[in-house]
Amino acid sequence: MTSPAHRLAADSVSLGYGERVIVDELSLDIAPGVVTTVIGPNGCGKSTLLKSLGRLLRPREGQVVLDGKAISSMKTKDVARVIGMLPQTPVAPEGLTVADLVARGRHPHQSWLRQWSADDETEVAAALAQTGIADLAERTLDELSGGQRQRAWISMALAQGTDILLLDEPTTYLDLAHSLEVLDLVDRLHAEFGRTVVMVLHDLNLAIRYSDELVVMSAGRIVARGKPADVVTAELLAEVFGLDATVLTDPVSGRPMIVPIGTRHVHGADGYDE
Amino acid sequence: MSTLETDKPTDAGAALRKVRPALRIGPVSLVWRPVLFGAVLALAALVFALFCLDIAVGETHIPLRRVLDVLGGGGTRSQRFIIIESRLPRALTAVVVGAALGLSGALMQSILHNPLAGPDVLGITTGASVGAVAVLVGSGGATTGLIATLGAPLAALTGGLLTAVVIYLLAWGRGRAGERGVTGFRLVLIGIGVNAVLLSVISWLLTRASLTDAARAQLWLTGSLNAADMARVAPAVVALALVTVVALVSARTLAALRLGEESTRVLGVRIQAQQALLIGAAVVAASVATAAVGPVGFVALAAPQIARMALRTPGEPLLASALTGAGLVAAADIISRTLLPVELPVGIVTAALGGPFLLYLLVRMNRKATLS
Repeated sequence: MTSPAHRLAADSVSLGYGERVIVDELSLDIAPGVVTTVIGPNGCGKSTLLKSLGRLLRPREGQVVLDGKAISSMKTKDVARVIGMLPQTPVAPEGLTVADLVARGRHPHQSWLRQWSADDETEVAAALAQTGIADLAERTLDELSGGQRQRAWISMALAQGTDILLLDEPTTYLDLAHSLEVLDLVDRLHAEFGRTVVMVLHDLNLAIRYSDELVVMSAGRIVARGKPADVVTAELLAEVFGLDATVLTDPVSGRPMIVPIGTRHVHGADGYDE
Repeated sequence: MSTLETDKPTDAGAALRKVRPALRIGPVSLVWRPVLFGAVLALAALVFALFCLDIAVGETHIPLRRVLDVLGGGGTRSQRFIIIESRLPRALTAVVVGAALGLSGALMQSILHNPLAGPDVLGITTGASVGAVAVLVGSGGATTGLIATLGAPLAALTGGLLTAVVIYLLAWGRGRAGERGVTGFRLVLIGIGVNAVLLSVISWLLTRASLTDAARAQLWLTGSLNAADMARVAPAVVALALVTVVALVSARTLAALRLGEESTRVLGVRIQAQQALLIGAAVVAASVATAAVGPVGFVALAAPQIARMALRTPGEPLLASALTGAGLVAAADIISRTLLPVELPVGIVTAALGGPFLLYLLVRMNRKATLS
């Protein structure tokens, strides 16, 4: 990506469904060119926030701002060329092939006359290759394993060629090995192509490992943000997640590593004294 | 992005060109799918064959060769008269009505993500029927004049369109995304409710009618090609052409819409505007078809599913669904006039064929749901 990095921000947004308010007057500047992960306990509003950034949810108050302009006032096609998103549970019609799914990512770049240009083909081929699913191009989605299917959806988001990529729980349904595969891919996206990635992750240790920046949410508000090493402490885990845990240094990455204590299977009072 | 990974054994570009071969001329580019194109052509040929056969069969059989001869501009004057004036309107009505219903069903099923959706289920056809029955019952037995020839079709058209507007307004509200508009699921549920109300209105109208009026209305309600003439089918031809153009221009948008609301939004489609346009097109097609011949059941439901399964396309194919619908109604008309001991209205034949098919679909859906 040679274009200057786009900047995405939430400007005191209030979000909710129906009568229920989930996020109240939240502001967040997304750091360009890095991986930001939003973490927080169930129901804290992290997915809701991500949806509003990807304009899947219209804020009741405040606005989501892209390069200084409210996205609600921008042409939806223009936004789609800058912000891509993988929703949590995407759906596809029965019998759709991987190639055709990934090609749909080119929609914002196409027109009625220009339905499948050479550029489209190059971008889709690159997206297939990056996610390692080129050999599955002819297969239909229903024939794939959960991990392959998730990579196909990510591939579609890549084909959209956006500077900013929002991923809502990209590792759901995946085992640990496949989760790492997907997150390594996300990592490369930002390392090699300078893309801005915002994700929501459940797994705290994976979030710490793969994020440049963590945003910790609780009850609809941001309670901490910064580099994982600065943010993740035993006190924060106790306060935000109600989790009794010890924070160690990950021998592989040198980043923090959370070891939950729980109530049984503990050697001593501080959890790790062998 | 220009770097292609080389550590993967499969060449992504080659794999992609195999699944999505391109046809590019100047600024125009599209995916060229020869097999699908061939299948649609074959389907069109089949529909044309059924169309000719529908003209050929009747009280006196006309050899197919003479039908083709006359359609090509040849034949004697009397041959031309019989084929063009008396047989052609009926066969043309059959294929046009079938095509309009098939297209309408394909559009609705695609947009609403529901293989059971369609103008029958959503109450559009019933709304058109209420209009026609009201005129047939209320016109005091006028058998000639403007009301008799155009009153019922016009009322049917108005009834269908009005019903659609009512359903749309009732379904209007704030969706999950916080945007004002209509969600597919609410549209289906409200359509089913409105359909039930309208069916009771028809029953009420029939109980209040004189016996002869009620009988005429009942005949109309079975969907019959007997009254087909050029004056009635002409508006349907124009409407079908318009709706087809709208549908084909929107085919790309429809492909995005099939990925569900969230992905469609991500891809930058103005979902409410596009949805309204395409549902509007589907409603016009179904209303015009019903106005021309009365309600012909199950074609809008079955044709898109048959086409989808036959062509193995993801989602209901537009052109193929229209062609399948045309073929179904033409075939039903031929069956009713040749194989059956008494000539039945085409709507009864399509319903008799469509009912079991609906059951098959439901059983199949059920199995899949329990398997996964």
